[in-house]
Amino acid sequence: MSLEFSAESKKKIAALCERYPTKRPVVLAALHLAQKEFGHLSDDALRLVGTTLDLPYAHVYGVATFYTMFRREPGGRTTIRVCTNISCMLRGGYEVLDEFSAKLKLAPGESSKSFSLVEEECIAACANAPAVLCGTKYFLDVTPAQVAAIIAELEREPRPEGEVA
Amino acid sequence: MALADRNTKLVSAKFGNEDAKTLAGYEKLGGYQMLRKALAMRPEDIANEVKASNLRGRGGAGFATGVKWGFVPKDAKEVHLVCNADESEPGTCKDRELIYWDPHLLVEGMVISAFALKAKHNYIYIRGEMMREYAVIAKAVEEAYARGYLGKNILGSGFECHLTVHRGAGAYICGEETALLNSLEGLRGQPRLKPPFPAIKGLFGNPTIVNNVETLMNVPFIVDKGGAWFAALGPGRSGGTRMLCVSGHVNKPGVYELPIGITFRELIDEVCGGVWKGRKAKAVIPGGTSMPPLTYDELDVPIEFDALMTDERIKPVEIAPGVPFDMGGGRQLRSMAGSGGVVVMDDHTDIPKAVWRIMKFYAHESCGQCTPCREGTGWMTKVAKRVADAQGKPGDLELLASIAHGIAGNTICALGDAAAWPMLGFLTKFRPDFEAALAASGAAA
Repeated sequence: MSLEFSAESKKKIAALCERYPTKRPVVLAALHLAQKEFGHLSDDALRLVGTTLDLPYAHVYGVATFYTMFRREPGGRTTIRVCTNISCMLRGGYEVLDEFSAKLKLAPGESSKSFSLVEEECIAACANAPAVLCGTKYFLDVTPAQVAAIIAELEREPRPEGEVA
Repeated sequence: MALADRNTKLVSAKFGNEDAKTLAGYEKLGGYQMLRKALAMRPEDIANEVKASNLRGRGGAGFATGVKWGFVPKDAKEVHLVCNADESEPGTCKDRELIYWDPHLLVEGMVISAFALKAKHNYIYIRGEMMREYAVIAKAVEEAYARGYLGKNILGSGFECHLTVHRGAGAYICGEETALLNSLEGLRGQPRLKPPFPAIKGLFGNPTIVNNVETLMNVPFIVDKGGAWFAALGPGRSGGTRMLCVSGHVNKPGVYELPIGITFRELIDEVCGGVWKGRKAKAVIPGGTSMPPLTYDELDVPIEFDALMTDERIKPVEIAPGVPFDMGGGRQLRSMAGSGGVVVMDDHTDIPKAVWRIMKFYAHESCGQCTPCREGTGWMTKVAKRVADAQGKPGDLELLASIAHGIAGNTICALGDAAAWPMLGFLTKFRPDFEAALAASGAAA
């Protein structure tokens, strides 16, 4: 099955190509856009990025598999990134992650249709630990008791990461 | 000209002011006036002011910004300025706030710096996870273009400057400047061998200066009031103020702009309301998890680049009890001011568990290029985990130290050191905690 970028994405990619001496630097942006449009980076999505930017499939594959935000399998609509790194751990980050895990019935790394649950490394919100990141929205100073309300909010108002791609 | 006090706010002056985030609001507060002033100066005069200011890199290394700029070859045809906005060092949360609250100050600082460096095509490399901040800075850049602060012939000066915001996609290593450049070029974010240093051969093979967000945001103030004024704000060879991010077991965690040279004890007790629950600080990470920790007795040291490296009140890191770690040429490792991320752990903290979590991070983020780091960070995580879980084996502490020592200094980039130093540092200063964990495992240390 061959995929195609939307007209809007094609325009964005073309505009970005003007900002660099070659097309290769646009690969991260194109992968973000492909993930936004197709939900995940299938082999076909990687091929599309390759043909769009005149890059070999192997190169695109290498890049896509290096960075943690890119996913090769379908995921949930909202990715819930729960930081458990040192500052968050010291103030209960693992308890928050466990609560998300129990409420969503997802182990970290797993997805449902609505959510992907991710145990995240430091998200630069240490002064408000424990911190949870969902797209452009931060949940700060989170306690396990707040987790149910956060999930309800995200069900009402999903935060797909592609909104800024 | 005087030392900064706790009310001196430069880069954080507009925190909490929603209006200042817009171009109109920023201009109303005097925004882009320093760019006007700079464009009437000679580029080399700006560079000289920055040199005189004793501005030091706020990303972690504390290298003198003016000196770094001076490495660009005079006959360079094309130069790039890249802002490192890949903030990911655990415990560090200042650049994210700075971008969010004052995006135009970053743009203004970059255009001025680009003018001083004669750099035409410039980039902000922003961490992929910072989606909210990406939206903020991308909008600011767009506004600046529309108003003629970016683009061709800026404010009629003839200077052409372009700024592109480049999103990462999740990789701590891309905060390392050569990994960042590779990522910007559309490659996997793996560090390059140095030399050549980026100032000689960086982005697209051209001389490139990579500066941290906070560093660049200080430049307009230097143009405004002069390098000597900025230098006088701080002690010794460290000019200006410092953004400190305090997290962990304090009553008032936060991101604070403070005088350079405030001590850890003053920071914790006076600024952050003391350690929570009436407890005592046990361990303090001074500037991001890559830096060796301090003990309660070492907290009277000023938070200043040189002091953290040389103050004799800080016990040097050892590879075994009584055997100092040699950084090369007999140089001892005490600690470093790093990224400004101060993590406070109280006296109830499970130190081996905290160290396991720190090691797990480095194992996750190792780019895999160098064997000592790729394998060693994984081994340290595994061994630290079993020690923390009271499943340790006899000799595990020596094993941890020997793996760390095998990584330090033997990798292309500093990520290896960043994992090894805290491992050795915690073992040096909190050995009884590890010994107790081993005893609980039924294994004698």
